[in-house]
Amino acid sequence: MRGCSHRGLGRFLAGKCVRMAVLVLLVSFSAFMLVSLSPVDPLTANVGQTALGSMSPEQIARLEAYWGVGTPPIRRFISWAGDFFRGEMGTSLLYRRPVALVIQERLANSLGLMAAAWLISGGLGFGLGIWAGAKKGGMADRILCFYGLIMASTPGFWLALMLLMIFAVRLQWLPVGFGVPVGVEAEAVTLADRFRHAILPAAALSLTSISSIMLHTREKMIQVMESDYVLYARARGESFRRIVWRHGLPNVMLPALTLQFGAVSEIFGGSVLVEQVFSYPGLGQAAVTAGLGGDVPLLLGITVISAWIVFGGNMTADLLCAAIDPRLRQAQRKGQTS
Amino acid sequence: MEQKEKTPLLAVRHLSISFTQYKRWWRREEQQAIRDLSLEVGAGEMVAVVGSSGSGKSLLAHGVMGLLPYNASWEGDIFYKGEPLTEERLKKLRGREIVLVPQGASYLNPLMTTGEQVRQGARDRESRRQCREALERYGLGEETESLYPFQLSGGMARRVMIAAAVQRKPCLVIADEPTPGLHLEAAKRVLSHFREMAEEGAGVLLITHDLELALLTADRIVVFYAGTNLEEAWAGDFTQEEQLRHPYTRALFRGMPKNGFQAAAGAQPYGDNLPEGCVYEPRCPWRQEQCRQPVPYRQLRGGRVRCWRDI
Ligand SMILES: Nc1ncnc2c1ncn2[C@@H]1O[C@H](COP(=O)(O)OP(=O)(O)O)[C@@H](O)[C@H]1O
Ligand SMILES: [Mg+2]
Repeated sequence: MRGCSHRGLGRFLAGKCVRMAVLVLLVSFSAFMLVSLSPVDPLTANVGQTALGSMSPEQIARLEAYWGVGTPPIRRFISWAGDFFRGEMGTSLLYRRPVALVIQERLANSLGLMAAAWLISGGLGFGLGIWAGAKKGGMADRILCFYGLIMASTPGFWLALMLLMIFAVRLQWLPVGFGVPVGVEAEAVTLADRFRHAILPAAALSLTSISSIMLHTREKMIQVMESDYVLYARARGESFRRIVWRHGLPNVMLPALTLQFGAVSEIFGGSVLVEQVFSYPGLGQAAVTAGLGGDVPLLLGITVISAWIVFGGNMTADLLCAAIDPRLRQAQRKGQTS
Repeated sequence: MEQKEKTPLLAVRHLSISFTQYKRWWRREEQQAIRDLSLEVGAGEMVAVVGSSGSGKSLLAHGVMGLLPYNASWEGDIFYKGEPLTEERLKKLRGREIVLVPQGASYLNPLMTTGEQVRQGARDRESRRQCREALERYGLGEETESLYPFQLSGGMARRVMIAAAVQRKPCLVIADEPTPGLHLEAAKRVLSHFREMAEEGAGVLLITHDLELALLTADRIVVFYAGTNLEEAWAGDFTQEEQLRHPYTRALFRGMPKNGFQAAAGAQPYGDNLPEGCVYEPRCPWRQEQCRQPVPYRQLRGGRVRCWRDI
């Protein structure tokens, strides 16, 4: 956002992409290093101690080759990176299917969940933040602040467990877990089924992510309401509602957009734990399984994809701000003509 | 004074404004920014409040408009057309009968075009015409309407806010430093517009730190210093030093370029270290023991002064 004020849009985007590529490389390398430093032995984890005990040494050697136990980590990383640049994401060791396919399937499940949580937390958080900030010190403000502070310090997985216990176990209104009903053929699963299964995870995810956008919006709204231009609007006899609508909303919108698109990463992180709690077959759950099971190709694939999604969020925020904010709009026009 | 008999348009009596501030988390501190301020503006009259920066002039303007910050509290009386200026009355009057010309470009919404702000969002033809006319009057062309505040110069922003204020024939104009950023000719033109409005019957409270400009157009001058008024004089009194009633006003008089720029020594006291008695006492060449006690605001030679001595 700040970077593009002196350059043209094209150069701005190119610069961002280069930075992103470097970042992806570093992130995937550190993910890889973490897996190879992990004390979990992929053979014991995936085949099982007892099964290993009954195998012949030749079988074990073949398995070790399959999981890449003997090869030095650096060599494995380089060979993965080489394949990746050729557009080849490799085969998941756990699922024995192409990584691209696994990710595609999991992403389809997760994306709905994350998009719902993102929209709900963004919309609700923004609206409530405006309300609390405009009526600072009022009853609603105090209740919302209390909620925000409680939620900001509540771990997502704990909230997920609570929801699970109340709505799935005790009240039995909603399913306990998984993305689709158990014991139903894939063809027979309806959209309504999928929706019902996504409600609790999406709720757990949104309820925790609301607080940061809400508190931030509130803070910004208070600033705006105390600004000189709101004082002037009041001096000119504009009503409270008009002031919130005409001066408050637009001026709070820009920072809120930046924050909410940046929050994609938090929602992504939250989804890993929440999916785990609800056994929801999403990307987050696959990431945990891959990490614990030493499935390097899958883990790295997921790492790169999530980095791109988070990056995409930030980039969208930058572009939107540049399109909305008149100050940045003008800076861009100048940058392109000069 | 003559206005005493008629009810003045605006009367401020014994106004004090203080801020509550927290120092080191727990220590609450009251800081007085305006103390025992009284002034009057009659219909058809232009009164200038002259004081240096930080003396509380903007605060006075915001106080009259009923727009003090949340940590400020005030006491005293404010009358408009003879009746107390309550919050309910203000709600109806603000922006219609009583208008404020604020101090700087920060009072414009950064994300809204000039035209939209002058029209306050109205899109009908009549408002557009009014807006066009008002801007035209201050030498701002059609293109100004589509500019955002960050694209305006300081002087342009001021003229935009003046145009916005006067487009609806107000009864009372409070102009907070409307001239800085304008070159002399433009400043004089702006002041002569205010003068015209006064001739047509409006009351104008001009707030400025520029004594010379104020003397060009105002009827009366209220000299403001460290949150209170030290003297109220007719503009005509400023032709001779002997006619001025307060040592500070005399110092201001000698500080004017045509009188040889003789600045007085010392500086204005602020907020928490205001003297108990006369605020000018530390710098006054005539100070006596008596000056350490509160000094009443009293009549003298057709004006008013806050000083014991008849100088
Ligand atoms: N919100 C505030 N909180 C605390 N003090 C304030 C606040 N606003 C103004 N003041 C104090 O009031 C004094 C007068 O300010 P102001 O009216 O802006 O002066 P002027 O317009 O004459 O330059 C200043 O010294 C400042 O410290
Ligand atoms: Mg001021």
